[in-house]
Amino acid sequence: MANIKELSKQPIKFTGGHRACSGCIAPIVVRMMYMAAGETPVVTTCATGCLEVTSTLFPYTAWTQPFIHSAFENSAATISGVEAAYKSLKRQGKYDKEVRLVAFGGDGGTYDIGFQALSGAAERGHNFVYVCYNNEAYMNTGVQRSSATPKGAYTTTTPVGIMEPGKKQFPKDMTQVMAAHDIPYVAQGSPSFWNDLITKFQKAMEMEGPAFINVLAPCRLGWAYPPEEGIKIGKMAVDTCYWPLYEVVNGDTRVTYKPREKKPLAEYLQMQTKFRHLFKPGMEDLMAELQAEVDRKWERLLRMAGEA
Amino acid sequence: MAKTLEETTKMAAKAGKNGNKKLSALTGNEAVAHAMRQINPDVVAAYPITPATEIVQIFSSFVANGQVHTEYVAVESEHSAMSATIGACAAGARAMTATSSQGLALMWEMLYIAAGLRLPIVMPVTNRALSAPINIHCDHSDTMGARDAGWIQLFSENSQEAYDNTIQAIRICEHPDILLPAMVTYDGFIISHAMEVVRIEEDAEVKEFVGEYKPDIYLLNTDKPVTMGGLDFTDFYFEHRRGLADPVSKVKDVVLQVGAEFKKQFGREYGLFETYKLDDAEYAIVVLGSTAGTAKVTIDDLRDRGVKAGMVKIRMFRPFPYDEVAKALEGKKAVAVLDRSDGLAGRGGPVFGEVRNALCDWPNKPVTVGYVYGLGGRDIGPEMIESVYTDLQEIAKTGKALNLVKYLGVRE
Repeated sequence: MANIKELSKQPIKFTGGHRACSGCIAPIVVRMMYMAAGETPVVTTCATGCLEVTSTLFPYTAWTQPFIHSAFENSAATISGVEAAYKSLKRQGKYDKEVRLVAFGGDGGTYDIGFQALSGAAERGHNFVYVCYNNEAYMNTGVQRSSATPKGAYTTTTPVGIMEPGKKQFPKDMTQVMAAHDIPYVAQGSPSFWNDLITKFQKAMEMEGPAFINVLAPCRLGWAYPPEEGIKIGKMAVDTCYWPLYEVVNGDTRVTYKPREKKPLAEYLQMQTKFRHLFKPGMEDLMAELQAEVDRKWERLLRMAGEA
Repeated sequence: MAKTLEETTKMAAKAGKNGNKKLSALTGNEAVAHAMRQINPDVVAAYPITPATEIVQIFSSFVANGQVHTEYVAVESEHSAMSATIGACAAGARAMTATSSQGLALMWEMLYIAAGLRLPIVMPVTNRALSAPINIHCDHSDTMGARDAGWIQLFSENSQEAYDNTIQAIRICEHPDILLPAMVTYDGFIISHAMEVVRIEEDAEVKEFVGEYKPDIYLLNTDKPVTMGGLDFTDFYFEHRRGLADPVSKVKDVVLQVGAEFKKQFGREYGLFETYKLDDAEYAIVVLGSTAGTAKVTIDDLRDRGVKAGMVKIRMFRPFPYDEVAKALEGKKAVAVLDRSDGLAGRGGPVFGEVRNALCDWPNKPVTVGYVYGLGGRDIGPEMIESVYTDLQEIAKTGKALNLVKYLGVRE
């Protein structure tokens, strides 16, 4: 459980002055990760993407602790190497510090192009935390669909036209895919629930072995909403049960936050211009299908958690 | 092809016991695995691929038997092998991997990044043809495809050279003036799987020769945090890439210096290239890898018959020793360059291009022709090499070649 008084005293380790869009959620996720680590240093790897390009524009860097980016699909493979070096040097008595190892990737770098490297690193059991800042599309290249993009969403490669209603497929359930790797810790989080998320980062860091945290990171540019709305939209994603907050600890599922009143999905969708077309006449069936899928998955999650 | 677990374990155990015995009958892969055992890297991350598999297979048994302190990462692809090696090296570890052919091709993206990040990674590569069609046998297409990635490339004629080059490459790469990655290449199957007598040096002597890896800048140094692999726009990218040319320009001197130290310590001599009966030669060929051995026999035979034949065997292909090669070939009547890969550039293979480039400004330059041979493991015998010298004698008579580039040993 995070203590906001204690957290507020911590120095900011991901500095301002980076080039992310106003209202970008990714830097908030990074800061929460650093808060969770506390005084323990963190070595971070990052996939190519918004976070990396906006925070490392030479000769500047927003990272006050060690950071490496090498390519798009290999954040998990890179942290594997860092972890192997750490273990090896420690075993040989050449290194004695405690560090946390954290890999970042967007949904493109995690669900799609970096999927294999992540799966491999998880299977090998390296001691690291993988954080997917999931903004549900390739935002860095200009809002193209990924396998995390929700059904019905407009992206520049799933445009809305008279024949097509945006993306036609439901997203891959990456959190469950990682849970199926039987790693010690898997969670879904949102920075709109800071205490829940920081607590999850802490648990993931303390756990021996691989941990995966899928963080929904609203994108003001790709989702198209006013920059100050990001945290609110994230909260609505959770309150509609579109993005349930839960964790899978050594195989046991636990819902970490249950909305008092489950709100209709439409309330979440209407906050984002990318779903604007769904509110036009003739889209009722699709809207019903989207709501039914949220309901189905929420019910399934409750069953998995032994709550239904 | 692959050894059984039992055989590998037995071999590894034997090596542990006899690691300090000088002469052993070893394949190229075994010799290189021993070099890696003696180098004792902090991290090895690798993925199996024929014909390089044995290197990491044997090496993993050294790990299993506690003969090295290496953390071995059995990654899920070559892309991840190079990525993990980059991560480990950037973190502050001496890190190695090994691969071949398609594996090297899959690493392509990461090769440039390893060089751009100035990481001194040493990677043995058993040369194998590239698909399509798929083929597991030797040619040099794989490493030639990676020749402009910023890696040093050392070619080896036989198992001994593969072993020696692997050890020397550590010193070359980690030299403070260099800090670039290197590939040590040797011919797939022809060398990787052929047993030869190899002199394995004393473990302690190799350990002393390679020394300890002490990087200045590394990720695990949390007291001096760094950001690696940041973004450059038009205002800095050019300067950073231009900066890579400086260490490249110093490689030659360091290769010679490490070669001299190696000779002093172990007695075997290494330069940028080896010449064979070249001084008074009228007709010379330029080759890389195992073909040099066959060429030496052919040259001896031709010399017995009064033909003044000679050879240049390139050891350091990247960076290419342009001036030195030109000087060695200057004044010959005719020169043939043998490429074990087809550049598909419209004018022969890459070695041909480099030799022509080297000779271009020399006043006394010989007529130079190119041959593409041995693709996909097609055998090259003395009679084929002799046919090249026969061509060269004809060319020397007229001073003109009928064909600038020929394919050798192919059914047309």
